[in-house]
Amino acid sequence: MAHIKQTPEQHEVVVIGSGAGGGTVAHVLTRMGIRVTLLEAGPMLNPLADFKEHLWPHDVDHRGAEEGGGVYFGRGEAFGHFNASAVKGGWTLEGEPYTVARGSDFLWFRSRVVGGRTNHYGRISLRFSDYDFNPHDRDGLGANWPISYEDLAPYYDKAEAFIGITGTREGIRSAPDGVFQPPPPPKAHELVIQQASHKLGIPCIAMRRAVITRPLNGRPACHYCGQCGRGCLTASNYSSSQVQIFPALETGKLKIIHSAMAREILTDARGRASGVVYIDKKSRTEKRIDCRVVVVAASACESARLLLNSRSGLFPNGLANGSGTVGRFLMDTVGLGMAGYVPSLENLPRYNTDGMSGAHLYMPWWQWEDQGRLGFPRGYHIEIGGGYNMPRVGDFHGAARRHGYGRKLKEQVRKEYGAFVRFAGRGEMIPNNLSYCEIDPEVVDRWGIPVLRFHFKWSDYEWKQARHMEKTFAALIESMGGKVIGLTSHFDRHGISVPGTIIHEVGTVRMGDNPQNSVLNGFCQSHEVENLLVCDGGTFVSNPDKNPTLTINALAWRASDYLAEEMRKGNV
Amino acid sequence: MSEHPPESEIRRPLTRRQMLEKIALALTATGAAPFEFAWGEHVHQAAREEKGETGAYQPKLFKPHEYRTIRRLAELIIPADEHSGSAVDGGAPEFIDLLCSQNPELADIYTGGLLWLDAQTRRQHGATFVDATEAQQASLLDRLVEEGDPEKMEAARATRYGASEDYQGFSTYRIDPVSDLAPGVRFFEWLRKMTVDAFYTSPIGIEDVGYQGNRAVGQYEVPESIIQEALRRSPFGGA
Repeated sequence: MAHIKQTPEQHEVVVIGSGAGGGTVAHVLTRMGIRVTLLEAGPMLNPLADFKEHLWPHDVDHRGAEEGGGVYFGRGEAFGHFNASAVKGGWTLEGEPYTVARGSDFLWFRSRVVGGRTNHYGRISLRFSDYDFNPHDRDGLGANWPISYEDLAPYYDKAEAFIGITGTREGIRSAPDGVFQPPPPPKAHELVIQQASHKLGIPCIAMRRAVITRPLNGRPACHYCGQCGRGCLTASNYSSSQVQIFPALETGKLKIIHSAMAREILTDARGRASGVVYIDKKSRTEKRIDCRVVVVAASACESARLLLNSRSGLFPNGLANGSGTVGRFLMDTVGLGMAGYVPSLENLPRYNTDGMSGAHLYMPWWQWEDQGRLGFPRGYHIEIGGGYNMPRVGDFHGAARRHGYGRKLKEQVRKEYGAFVRFAGRGEMIPNNLSYCEIDPEVVDRWGIPVLRFHFKWSDYEWKQARHMEKTFAALIESMGGKVIGLTSHFDRHGISVPGTIIHEVGTVRMGDNPQNSVLNGFCQSHEVENLLVCDGGTFVSNPDKNPTLTINALAWRASDYLAEEMRKGNV
Repeated sequence: MSEHPPESEIRRPLTRRQMLEKIALALTATGAAPFEFAWGEHVHQAAREEKGETGAYQPKLFKPHEYRTIRRLAELIIPADEHSGSAVDGGAPEFIDLLCSQNPELADIYTGGLLWLDAQTRRQHGATFVDATEAQQASLLDRLVEEGDPEKMEAARATRYGASEDYQGFSTYRIDPVSDLAPGVRFFEWLRKMTVDAFYTSPIGIEDVGYQGNRAVGQYEVPESIIQEALRRSPFGGA
């Protein structure tokens, strides 16, 4: 292929993607002295220039409403002007479309920058439970994982100890304890919510969040500005960029090629991965690098896309896709949010409720023993909200609508501020045959790369779970003497989150014992191509009610240890 | 590189960027140093100074009469009271003018809305809105609020549209007319939401509601007295 510019250098391990999975692989391998080349589709992250930490809304003339008041016309950034997700990320990316099949609903949040979505994510860090690894044994649905909790537990330990996770030891089966830093104390309204949850028999415990409350590996402890979502200039929360990739650069073993959009993984005559073709976005030229090992960690759906686009004589259905399961079993998390108004919280003395960003308490799933009697399989956890938040554009539209104008409006805003509570359920979806992604045969992006087409359907299982959430949240609000205002998120349609909008999409490159119906073995290694690994949410067999990032970290860490050993033995 | 910067550089106020760089450096140097409150405060101070003080605001889009009307409306929506200043003090007119100057769609909503208001008061009282008496102004705005009552609008919507998904509610410009005041109802909704946005994101509004965060603290604490008060008032008693 004469048009391809080939770099003469032979790379050792090429990692595609720099989020939780790619960042962990880069960190673990470089620490063991293995050379890593990291391809990232977006630019380098520069926290000092990119993060808007500590800015007040009035520090920008549009106050966060965006130029021309874009937010009033639905043209704002996904999580607000100040959020780090606005750094080269969003529900749509210019020039990089995806399509959704007729009759399906799916939104795909992508981030194109070093660190990916770990720069802005909620940082809730929950271990899977022991029972989460054999869901099929429990209720006959979905499939079992090829690994057990005991296999992964040492890597949860390593990941938690290195990243730094808050929490307390509780001995609750659905929420296994880990290596914890002390959590910050609960806020006043959270203690009222905790009373309500105890009344309903629901545990309400310290949040497990990737924020450090004690110094760790040279990172200073949290300064409690409550703005983790904006990105943290002191790296007191976890992002793969600041906690793994920047330190890995200092080892001299990591090379980053940014603005590099991987198009295809090349294979040699024996069917081994031999290199990667990518588009250099700055010059719009095609480049190729040769390497010994390829680790794909581009996010569940991007990884599936890359494999499906890597077709050859030996792999006519896409690389490592002899089973035909690449792209299948796409899952998101079941989401539902509800807001309530609690008069007893009106006019309390004000204090700083920012804390470590987000709630300091949460409710793990509590009915795992009643599973057969609930009318739906699996479970969910509950995230809570409330307090005296930094006023933002849009926060007082409801008050303006309800209270007219003048002195009365001002008085009402003062009274209502801090008296709202919010609950969000995050539940497990059962994989189904109608939810998957595939290559759209008609559309390429601006880099000439065929794009994904999504198919997605919630089933009755998810719908019934969302109804259970709705009843539980209403009961919580009412037991506090509050009034239900309604479902909160504008991503909730028809009483359940729009697929994709919880941004927990997983399952498209799943692992399993059987090469007939899975892509990877329990070490994230392709059944068919021994020097190809996938280390992101694509590997998930099920999507328990635990936010996926910590498990991506742990799986990637375990895969890296395995890979290093296989390389040492000369097997890879 | 000289060890001492020239005098002129020492005196120049630090920009937010420079301040953040200083903080980052300090943290790198000391590693485990607690992030001090004062640093966060410096960042804010620097950000304010960077914006600079510019004298009286010159509207970018609105004519003097239009701007005078917007100022009056902002003052009526969020008046000064014993707690805090008005939405004019909170910068609402500048905010509205700036955004309208950047967006013709928004500008049309405002220029059209203002002409509608003037036509309305001229018809009833022979004066433009801003020159009408306070009582006349209030009576018109009261009617716009009343006509725009969410429950009333919902009932009207249900009759007109049933469960149509085209209807998008408060934040859009698509409510079906329920009376000849409907254009004013919609315009006053725009005014109110942008006025509260500007006011409550201003230093005055933030102080008015009593938000106390966006600062760096060494140890996060919740006052025990507030916890006790919150629990005492709740249905759970002083648990």
